[in-house]
Amino acid sequence: MGKTFVEKVFGLKAGYDVSAGDIVSVEPDWVMSHDNAAAISATFRKTGAAKVRYPERVVIILDHEIPAPKESSATNHREIRSFVAEQGIEHFFDINFGICHQVFVEEGFAMPGKLIVGSDSHTTTYGALGAFSAGIGRSEVAAIWATGELWFQVPDTMQIVLQGRMPDFLSPKDVALNIIGRIRADGADYRAVEFRGDAVAAMSIPDRMVLSNMAAEMGAKNGYIPPDDTTLNYLKGRARSTFEPVFSDPDACFVDVVNFDISVMTPAVARPHTVDNHASIEEAAGIRIDQALIGTCTNGRLEDLRAAARILKGRRVKVRTLVIPASWQVYRAAMKENLLEVFLDAGAVILNPGCGPCLGAHQGVMAPGEVTFSTANRNFKGRMGCREAEIYLGSPMSVAASAVTGEITHPGRFL
Amino acid sequence: MKKAFSGTAWKYGDNINTDVIFPGKYTYQKMTPEEMAQHALEDLDPDFISKVSAGDILVAGKNFGMGSSREQAAVAIKAAGISVIIARSFARIYFRNAINAGMPAIRCPEAVDAIQDGDSVTVDMAAGVISTPRGDFRFPAYPPTVMEILEHNGLIPFIKTKIST
Repeated sequence: MGKTFVEKVFGLKAGYDVSAGDIVSVEPDWVMSHDNAAAISATFRKTGAAKVRYPERVVIILDHEIPAPKESSATNHREIRSFVAEQGIEHFFDINFGICHQVFVEEGFAMPGKLIVGSDSHTTTYGALGAFSAGIGRSEVAAIWATGELWFQVPDTMQIVLQGRMPDFLSPKDVALNIIGRIRADGADYRAVEFRGDAVAAMSIPDRMVLSNMAAEMGAKNGYIPPDDTTLNYLKGRARSTFEPVFSDPDACFVDVVNFDISVMTPAVARPHTVDNHASIEEAAGIRIDQALIGTCTNGRLEDLRAAARILKGRRVKVRTLVIPASWQVYRAAMKENLLEVFLDAGAVILNPGCGPCLGAHQGVMAPGEVTFSTANRNFKGRMGCREAEIYLGSPMSVAASAVTGEITHPGRFL
Repeated sequence: MKKAFSGTAWKYGDNINTDVIFPGKYTYQKMTPEEMAQHALEDLDPDFISKVSAGDILVAGKNFGMGSSREQAAVAIKAAGISVIIARSFARIYFRNAINAGMPAIRCPEAVDAIQDGDSVTVDMAAGVISTPRGDFRFPAYPPTVMEILEHNGLIPFIKTKIST
């Protein structure tokens, strides 16, 4: 019987044949962390190791609280900068780059066949480039810094097959929310997810990143998309090293195959307080909102800003609207395309690239009783800093349309 | 790690996420495990921290710990006194974080069905048995790699031993 993508990647790393269920100790190609690198460095010291085993494999990208909103965050950042200097970590990105998952891909670290881990649950995003990438805990990152390796259980794989043409009012975010609505938040628990099908092949890299990012919300260990010409073209002049694409064998064992026809999908909304609390936008229409948020590692790319600007052009927002480009590269590109002017003219507030209000640490925190409609990936109770507030999730087009009306609105109304 | 744990079971539902176990607004504040414990399950059950005693057992439905990779969600629960978590299933990062914090996370749907809030429960790690007022339930042994980490009370002490030898 053939092997799955994950069985092959772990087998190549381990140096012997492995199957789903096996526990292996392997050396990841990259280990990513962000503002939590300060806490990780303290844990690293507890291991007794003096030097990071492979500093050249460490990537640190500040994004969670940038620029520092308070003294404790500033101190955190300072500790990271001094650790980076002390350990000779060259792949360090300070506050002027953007959200870790966007920067990691832009900077060419995400490549087919690579084994990547990060101390952030949405590390699954790099699966869009054909990598194995999974979120791990802080202590696990400290352990890799100290020894270069970590234990893994090789997961079973499920396929999510997407067919059909994307309607004009639909976006990859709607596709992801519709998938999660059907398979639920634990639908891929402990499993590797492999996205396949004509609809996936037709997607750009930024669109694929939305699917792989949202794989975390299905409980998946990773969200792999088989690399193709789109992938190779994106990596031209960008890839940090040579790479070897890895594919599942046709006769590999998949524990589940779920099929979707995206041509018949409608825009979707996740209602409070779980991502699988699914509603079609028609069902959620009319719910009044206090704040609109367009950005985050899920939907802060140029394509997302274009989609939002398409609706906001020549219109005014009725509610507080925050726009956060995912990176400085995205910010600059949006400026060149005059998208920023569209947002300013509409009355939106443009924030600096970063995680911003998504996790409730700073910027755009809500008051009790308020409602935010957001393009982020999570709407858990208290997520945006207030446990008496409500978060709805949707696509950039849906959020932009709703910002204009002040209530949840089908984007088709403005297209 | 002790070979067996006995304590009062505190039972919660399905899909308990990391934001209600340990709110995101605290994740970039430096805290000791004891300080983290004061916020354990704060947005789910504000009384949890006042009723839990050392050695108690947390029981939950499916997909416990879904969401963020923040390991404070495991450390806070352990520091609050919980010795072991029994769930119908675990979110994968939480499962790893619990083990790496030296706290066994046991998947046993039958035991979850049997246990009621406030029951006295015993977990025998060596024998792989959960004893409840409504019967005993078996769970599969952890693989040696995982047992080694638990026996060292977590991943970091385990690495420390490895580096020093």
